[in-house]
Amino acid sequence: MADHHPTGIKRWLFTTNHKDIGSMYLWFSFIMFLIGGAMAMVIRAELYQPGLQFVDPNFFNQMTTMHGLIMVFGAVMPSMVGLANWLIPMQIGAPDMALPRMNNWSFWILPFAFTLLLLSLFMEGGAPNFGWTFYAPLSTTYGPPSTDFFILGVHMMGISSIMGAINVIVTVFNMRAPGMTLMKMPLFVWTWVITAFLLIMVMPVLAGVVTMMLTDRHFGTSFFDAAGGGDPVLFQHIFWFFGHPEVYIMILPAFGVASEIIPAFARKKLFGYASMVYATASIALLSFIVWAHHMFTVGMPVAGELFFMIATMLIAVPTGVKVFNWVATMWKGSMTFETPMLFAIAFVILFTIGGFSGVMLAMAPVDFQYHDTYFVVAHFHYVLFPGAIFGTTAAVYYWLPKWTGKMYNEKMGKIHFWWSMIAVNLTFFPMHFSGLAGMPRRIPDYNMMFAEFNQLASIGAFALGLSQLFFLYIVIQTIRSGKKSEDKPWDGATGLEWEQLPCPAPYHTFDTPPKVK
Amino acid sequence: MAIRRKLFAGLAVFLSGLLSSAVYAAADLNMRPGVTETSVEAFELHMIVVWVMTGIAAVVFGVMFYSIFAHRKSKNPTPATFSHSTTVEVIWTAIPVLILIALTVPAVKLLIKMEDASNPDMSVVVTGSQWKWHYKYMEQDIEFFSNLKTPQVRENFKLEDAQNNENYLLEVDNELVLPANTKVRFLLTADDVIHSWWVPELAVKKDAIPGFINETWTSVPTPGIYRGQCTELCGEWHGFMPVVVRVLPQAEFDQWVVKKQEEKVAAEKAAAEAAARSWDMDKLMALGKEVYDAKCALCHQVNGEGAGTFPALKGSEMAIKADRMKDHIEIVVHGKAGTAMQAFSGQLTDAELAAVITYERNAWGNNTGEIVQPAEIQAFKAGN
Repeated sequence: MADHHPTGIKRWLFTTNHKDIGSMYLWFSFIMFLIGGAMAMVIRAELYQPGLQFVDPNFFNQMTTMHGLIMVFGAVMPSMVGLANWLIPMQIGAPDMALPRMNNWSFWILPFAFTLLLLSLFMEGGAPNFGWTFYAPLSTTYGPPSTDFFILGVHMMGISSIMGAINVIVTVFNMRAPGMTLMKMPLFVWTWVITAFLLIMVMPVLAGVVTMMLTDRHFGTSFFDAAGGGDPVLFQHIFWFFGHPEVYIMILPAFGVASEIIPAFARKKLFGYASMVYATASIALLSFIVWAHHMFTVGMPVAGELFFMIATMLIAVPTGVKVFNWVATMWKGSMTFETPMLFAIAFVILFTIGGFSGVMLAMAPVDFQYHDTYFVVAHFHYVLFPGAIFGTTAAVYYWLPKWTGKMYNEKMGKIHFWWSMIAVNLTFFPMHFSGLAGMPRRIPDYNMMFAEFNQLASIGAFALGLSQLFFLYIVIQTIRSGKKSEDKPWDGATGLEWEQLPCPAPYHTFDTPPKVK
Repeated sequence: MAIRRKLFAGLAVFLSGLLSSAVYAAADLNMRPGVTETSVEAFELHMIVVWVMTGIAAVVFGVMFYSIFAHRKSKNPTPATFSHSTTVEVIWTAIPVLILIALTVPAVKLLIKMEDASNPDMSVVVTGSQWKWHYKYMEQDIEFFSNLKTPQVRENFKLEDAQNNENYLLEVDNELVLPANTKVRFLLTADDVIHSWWVPELAVKKDAIPGFINETWTSVPTPGIYRGQCTELCGEWHGFMPVVVRVLPQAEFDQWVVKKQEEKVAAEKAAAEAAARSWDMDKLMALGKEVYDAKCALCHQVNGEGAGTFPALKGSEMAIKADRMKDHIEIVVHGKAGTAMQAFSGQLTDAELAAVITYERNAWGNNTGEIVQPAEIQAFKAGN
């Protein structure tokens, strides 16, 4: 096949090329990241000092809701799908994803889904204002009219994610090059296959719960309304049955990224490959039986609380194994600390801090004190920002030469790293303290006793927001005027994409299957 | 810890001094132990986990930082080649399991204790609604609403207000008064959306869910005032519905109960007298405006024009057509199921209900000239 390379707008609208689609996913997620980030800036500006300074409480609630929805569904999830599109075919020696037209469709749904969601900001009654967890009956009986747009948007994102997940599974199980056995696959591919199974299991549950909301709102059902024989807590059970695996959907691919980058810069094979695979699978399985740890205060029977507490604490075991394996990979390696490695190490450390607070939150009797305070906000931002997002950032620096054929400016990369590293901790570490001191989450105003920590967090957040614009600048500068990259810019890098393909990777790769050692 | 605390507080004070001239209260870095047996035990468990996690962090990050230092390319040009070790992997799977078991034991014990609300000495029904709490003492037959002391309008919440008031956002008009050393059972429910009732120093947090009743309990040994907040997002003014518990010695509590019961009798008498009287338009309009601005304007707006899902009353058929007056009384007294419109019959006296309905039928150009008398409300209630 000739190296057919369409151009212009049609290239992007009609493309079935995994690299083009991967790029579109990554750019889309970055745009969403900036929009969701801008909303975070509004939140932090309002919380910089006590008092209602800039926005109404209702608009504040719209901001926290939209910030959460956009970051989860618009920024983190599509960024992982973007990485999957770019990397999985190259890493398993396939010419493309198995279902290229569906791939195109699953991307192009997203801009429409998020346009619907964002339009709700301009509707009468405002955007959804019930938190990204949209608990009933606040989101059903009491939701603004735009809730229906939110429901449709979530359905569309769900369809997109399910199709993306099917594509990954079909590709990995059918299109591996001869000799690429399952247990030879790069860890990034493994983590993504497991993520894809999680997606297929739980996205339909999310679709179910928003449909139940829709019928409660408009068609006379009472799934979540006690007055009609329903139960508001049922909503939470269904939501978190989706929501907890969702947490791992966002973090597992980042585990995969760290497992690629740390060995490359330690110049040493990944320690405990098999146990990494099994640990990832155990985390995924456990993620289905821990959902109600988000609901310790809803009034569950003690037996239920005990079960969910113990199951949740168990997750620390496979997660610990992964962290120990990363450290053991570094042990006696020959390490250098280029930007991807810095982000990967920060990922391991800061994600682990999020893991520690996770164990604390798992302990039900103490969770009564942490639940729905800023301590929880600190916890999940530690696993999501320096976790998932640092993981993606590390991946972008690491594979940018492969994608663009250009090398980023190492000095600027390092500045970006230290800037983000300091800002992320300044933003989120004080939140542990405001939470312990008793500050509830999702409030636009607070007592003076929480003032110092909020001020620190706001300063950190503004710096963190700026650092992401700097990242954008670095990436654009690399694409436009970066130095040409060698074919193998990282001497410790392994895998088909580094060993058998030049930089940049040609538009079509592995038309004939590569030989796998 | 002390050094870290000082360092951090120092940094915080420095930064805040740098950035604003505000006077700051001392920062709390840790959870407060609280005053009840369970809150102290929860605090102790919290500290155990904090130290266990800190210990694990010190070991894992210590090894990692040593490796970063010692196994750099410049110091260690040739990497080792090992890539697994079953022994090591079994050990570092087993150790976390043991640590977790050790943590689980005290956690299970405490959890069972905290969830045991049996054999209470008294019970209080706590009902959350947008955006206030209602307390009903089962044995003493006392009930009242507990609102944030400051009316929930945006202009009331400024930086100066926070700086000048130690209890900014944490004071209410009617505190929940409890006797010391008494096992109090709380029965929690809600009228509209889910709320969550939290007093950090009692380590009590439980969701108040519409249509369901949850229970929890406390027994406070030390008299004092304990402040908390709603912790489940419940709409626009979620951050503005505090919980304030005043714990009194038993004797003072008994006096308080007597006083409250006398007040109740007096209030009922006054309300009955007010209802029996015939009111003129000016009086109804004056009282009606006061009630409307406090209870209705949050949703329907001061100008009666509504907002979003909240319908406008200005020009509304129900508020201007004479034959719809009964519907108007009905919706204010009993609320509208499945919407945010609550029933006000329990919150307002008959005179207040009559006044606010009259106000709504005559304000903002709804000039119907119609008067609703408290007696009509009484008759309406009796007829239902």
